[in-house]
Amino acid sequence: MKGTQLGEFEELVLLTIALLYDDAYSVAVMEELSQRLERPMSLGAIHRTMQRLEEKKLVLSRFGEATAERGGRRKRLFTLTTDGEQAVKEARRIRNELWAGIPSGAFKGGLA
Amino acid sequence: MNQHHTSPQRIGSANISNTPPASSKQQPPRWANYLTQRITAPHLREEIQGDLAELFYKRSQRHGYRRACFFYLIDFTLLLHPRLWRRETSGSFISANARSTDFKQPFFLSPTMLRNYVKIAFRNLVNNKVYSSINIGGLAIGMAVAMLIGLWIYDELAFDTYHQNYGRIAQVMQHQTSNGQIGTQRAIPFPLGNELKTKYGSNFKYLAMSSWQGAHILTFGDKKFSKSGAFMDVDAPKLFSLNMQKGTTNGLQDQNSILLSESTAKALFGDADPLNKLLKIDNKLDVKVAGVYEDLPFNSQFKELLFIAPWSLYVSSEDWIKRARDTNQWGNNSFQLFAQIADNTDFATVDKHILNAKQNNVPEEDKKYNAQIFLHPMPDWHLRSHWENGIQTGGMIDYVWLFGIVGIFVLLLACINFMNLSTARSEKRAKEVGIRKAVGSIRGQLISQFLCESLVVVIIAFSLALLLVQLSLPWFNEVASKHMTILWSTPAFWVLGLGFSVLTGLIAGSYPALYLSSFEAIKVLKGTFRAGRFASIPRQVLVVLQFTVSVTLIIGTIVVYRQIQYAKNRPIGYSRDGLMMIQMKSPDFYGKFDILRTELKNSGAIVEMAESSSPLTQIWSNSGGFTWPGKDPDLDADFATVWVTHDFGKTVGWQFKEGRDFSRTFTTDSSAIILNKAAVKFMNIKNPIGTVVRWGDDKTGKSYKVIGVIDDMLMESPYEPIKQAAYFMDYENVNWIDLKLNPNRSASESVATVESVFKRIVPSAPFDYKFANEEFAAKFSTEERIGKLATFFSLLAIFISCLGLSGLASFVAEQRTKEIGVRKVLGASVLNLWGLLSRDFVILVSIAFVIAIPIAYYALDSWLANYEYRTDLSWWIFGVTGLGALVVTLLTVSVQSIRAALLDPVKSLRTE
Repeated sequence: MKGTQLGEFEELVLLTIALLYDDAYSVAVMEELSQRLERPMSLGAIHRTMQRLEEKKLVLSRFGEATAERGGRRKRLFTLTTDGEQAVKEARRIRNELWAGIPSGAFKGGLA
Repeated sequence: MNQHHTSPQRIGSANISNTPPASSKQQPPRWANYLTQRITAPHLREEIQGDLAELFYKRSQRHGYRRACFFYLIDFTLLLHPRLWRRETSGSFISANARSTDFKQPFFLSPTMLRNYVKIAFRNLVNNKVYSSINIGGLAIGMAVAMLIGLWIYDELAFDTYHQNYGRIAQVMQHQTSNGQIGTQRAIPFPLGNELKTKYGSNFKYLAMSSWQGAHILTFGDKKFSKSGAFMDVDAPKLFSLNMQKGTTNGLQDQNSILLSESTAKALFGDADPLNKLLKIDNKLDVKVAGVYEDLPFNSQFKELLFIAPWSLYVSSEDWIKRARDTNQWGNNSFQLFAQIADNTDFATVDKHILNAKQNNVPEEDKKYNAQIFLHPMPDWHLRSHWENGIQTGGMIDYVWLFGIVGIFVLLLACINFMNLSTARSEKRAKEVGIRKAVGSIRGQLISQFLCESLVVVIIAFSLALLLVQLSLPWFNEVASKHMTILWSTPAFWVLGLGFSVLTGLIAGSYPALYLSSFEAIKVLKGTFRAGRFASIPRQVLVVLQFTVSVTLIIGTIVVYRQIQYAKNRPIGYSRDGLMMIQMKSPDFYGKFDILRTELKNSGAIVEMAESSSPLTQIWSNSGGFTWPGKDPDLDADFATVWVTHDFGKTVGWQFKEGRDFSRTFTTDSSAIILNKAAVKFMNIKNPIGTVVRWGDDKTGKSYKVIGVIDDMLMESPYEPIKQAAYFMDYENVNWIDLKLNPNRSASESVATVESVFKRIVPSAPFDYKFANEEFAAKFSTEERIGKLATFFSLLAIFISCLGLSGLASFVAEQRTKEIGVRKVLGASVLNLWGLLSRDFVILVSIAFVIAIPIAYYALDSWLANYEYRTDLSWWIFGVTGLGALVVTLLTVSVQSIRAALLDPVKSLRTE
C-alpha cells in the first residue's frame, strides 16, 4: 500500500524521535541527526519528513512550551505512535534477517 | 473576499506581539520574520518561525549576528517547498491547534493556483487542437518574422561599429554646384589632405589620404592573387583601429612596405611567417610585408580591404598622381580622405572650420563650383549616404525603417489573429465562467486563468519562433547577403523577446480576461445571457485592419518587383551577351594587344576584341571643359568620357543613329569623337555630324570632330538617366580588354581557350575576368534583395491573415450550427448557406481593400519618385491585388462554410 512504506531517511528520523523521547522536535532532531550522520541537514528536509511521518500516522505531535530563544513560539513535539514503533521494529527485523543471511566469505574481511 | 488578511486569530503573529524579543541581536531581523510569515502555511507558521528563530539564536551565540543572518537565509531557501506552503487539507494531517479560521481562500496568484491555471491552459490547448495550432502557429510565424527583421535591423545598425573610434571617424567629402545643381562626392583633390593637416590640424587626430579600393595583383614567387586593397596614409591603421596580429600599426612608415589581412597572408604564405617577405604589387611595385591585421568583419565598409600599401608608394607609382601632387591640382578630384577628429571637438565644429578649405585655394575659374568640404561621419556611411542637391536624404536607413514597419505589422497581424481567436472562443466559454463563479471563483482567479492561458500560448509560440528563426537563418542570410546569428548570448535579445512575449500575452489575453470575468453567473447559467449585438464589432475592425495591412504589403511587393523588372529590361544600347572584360592591372599587358587579338580571333573563341578606359558597366571618367558652336557660355559641359580602340563598336555592338564608327581607313579618327544621343540632346545641335568640339582652354585645348551618334549606352545605374557621353579613340588611355565570345561555341569552352592564350602571352598576370551580364545584374542586388525579402514577408502576412480568417470562419460556422440546421431543414441550399456564411467576410475584406488603396498609392508613389527611370502605378495592380485578396478570402472561408453547410442537420438539432 502506497504511503506506508518506510523510507531510509524516514526511518532515521523516526529512530531519532524515539531516541530523544520527550524532547523530539524539529531542531533537536536535526542537530542530533547531523551530528550522528556527520553531515549538515536542512531544516526543510526534517520538516517535510516529519510531516510525512505524521500523515502516515507513525508519529503524533503536540505543542510544547514556548521559549524565549524561539521568540516566544512553541515547539511541536513528536512521539512515536504504536504504528511507528511497529514500523521501526519491522525495519530492524528485516535488516537483522538480511545480515544473518549473508553467507560467510561474502565480505573479504569476514563478517564482523 | 479577502478575509484571510484580516483574521485576528493568527497563531504566530499573536504570539510574536505578546513576547518581546530577548534582544534585537538574538532575534532574526524583522524582514526575515515577515518573509516566513507571508510564505508558510498558517498551521505550520508557528513552529517553522520558532525553529528558524531558535537556530538563529544558537548561531548568533556561536558565530555572530551576520553569519546567523546568512544561515537564516539559507535555511529559509531550503525550506521553500510546496509541502510547507500547502494549506491544510481535511483529514490526514491533524494539527494540534487547527481552527476553522485558518482555512482561508489562497491568494489567487499563489504558486499552487498558478500551477493549476497552467495545467488547465494546457488541457484547453490539447482539447482544441485545430484552434491551438492556428493560434500558436500564426503567432510563432509572426514572431519569427519580427525576430528575423530585428536581427537584420540590428546588423544594419551595427555596421562599422567594429572600429574603436566609430563615433569619431569621418570621410572628408565635398559638395559642388554645377548647372544649378549641387552634387556630392567622396572624391577630393590631392592637396586637400595637406591643407587640412597644416592649416586645420588641431581639428584632427588622424588624417589619411587613400586611393580607391580596388583589385590589384599580389605576387609572391609564382603565387599570384588578385586581391582588393588600397593605398593609404601611415595613420590609417590607427584610424581604423586595425587589430595587428604581427607587426605594428606603424608598418606603413617605410614606402616599400605592405600590411596584409590575415586571410591574404594565409593565402600567400600558408603557415609560414609572412613578416619581411617580399611581394610585388601589380607586377611592378616591390614591397615587404610589415604587418598582418585581423580580417575586418563582414559588416564593415572595409570588409574587402585585404591589404594596405603606403600612400607614398601610390603617389610615386603613377605619373598622373605625381603631377597631381607636384602641380597642386585642386581641380582633379581623384582621391579619398579619411579623418578622425580630435578628442575635444565634434563633427559640427570641424565642419564649420573646414567648409572652405578647398574653395579658398581653387583657381579663379573654378570658384563658380563653390566647393564645400564637409565630414561624413562613420555612423552615417552605411545608413545615410544619399544626397539630393546637397542635402542628406537617407539611404539604407529608409529600408531599415521600411522593414521595421513591415516587421511590426506582420507581428501585429499575428497578434490580431491571436486576439480574435481568443475572444471568439471565449464566448463559447461563457458557461464555464458561469460555473466557475457559481462554485466560488473570485474574479481575480478568472482573470489570472485567462491571462495564464494566453501566456502559455505565447511562450510556446516564442519557443517555436526561436526554432523557426534558427532553421531559416542560413536561407535568410543568403537572401539578405549577411552573416547573422541569433544573439543567444545577448541579454538584450532575451529581455526584448521575452518582454515582448509577455506583453503580447497580457494584451491579447486582456480582453477575454476582463470581459468574460465580468459575466453574472446567474444569467449565464440560466441561459438568458447573450453575447450582444456589438460583441463582434471589435473583431470585425481587427479583420479589416489585418487585411488593410496585407493588401498594402502585397501591392507594395508587386510594385517593387515591377520596378526592378522595368529597370532590368531597360534598353541598354548594346549587346551584353558573351561580353567579357579583363582589367589590365599589370604593365605586362602593354604592347600585347595586337598579338592577343590575332591569336584569340584565330582560335575561334572570340569574334572581336577591343580595349576601353572604363569597364562596360561603369563610367570611370567625367570631364568638363567642352565647347562647341552655339554653346551657352554659362553651361557647365560635363561629359562622361570613355576612350576606346577601333573595334570597340563591333565588340559591344553599339547602334548608330547617324554617322559611322571609328575606322582604320581614316587616320584622322584619332581626333574624332562619337557622341551618344543624350549628348546631342544636351548640346542642343541639329546636325551633329561634322560638328567640331573643343576640349580644354583656348590655348592648349584640342579639337575633335563628331563622326557618329550612337544610341545611349547604359553603363551606369539602371535607375538614373543616361549621361551625355563622348567616346574617344585612343590606344594609350585604356585599362580594360573587352571580348565578345563566339556565340556559336559554349562559353566555358571559349573562356578556357581565352585563358590559355592569356596565360601564354601575359604569364605574369592572374587570369581575372568579369562578364558584363553579371556585373550588370549586380547593380540590382540591393533592390533585388529587398524585393525578395519584401515578397517573403508579404506572403507570410497574407498567410497569417488567412490563418486567422480561417479560424474565425470556423468559429462563426460553429456558433451558427443550429441556425444552419434550421435553415437546411426549411430548405436552404448549400449555395445559400455558403453565401450566408461568406458574405460577412467578403464585406470586411472589401472595406480593407478600399482603405488600403490610397495608403498604398501614396506610399508607393513617393517611393517611385526616388527613381528617375521608373515604372508607373497602373490601376490593374490594385485591381489584381483586390481580386486576389477576395479570392483568397473566399477560398479560406469557403472551406469552413461549406463544411458547415454540409453537416447533417439532424445531428445539430437533435439536442434541442
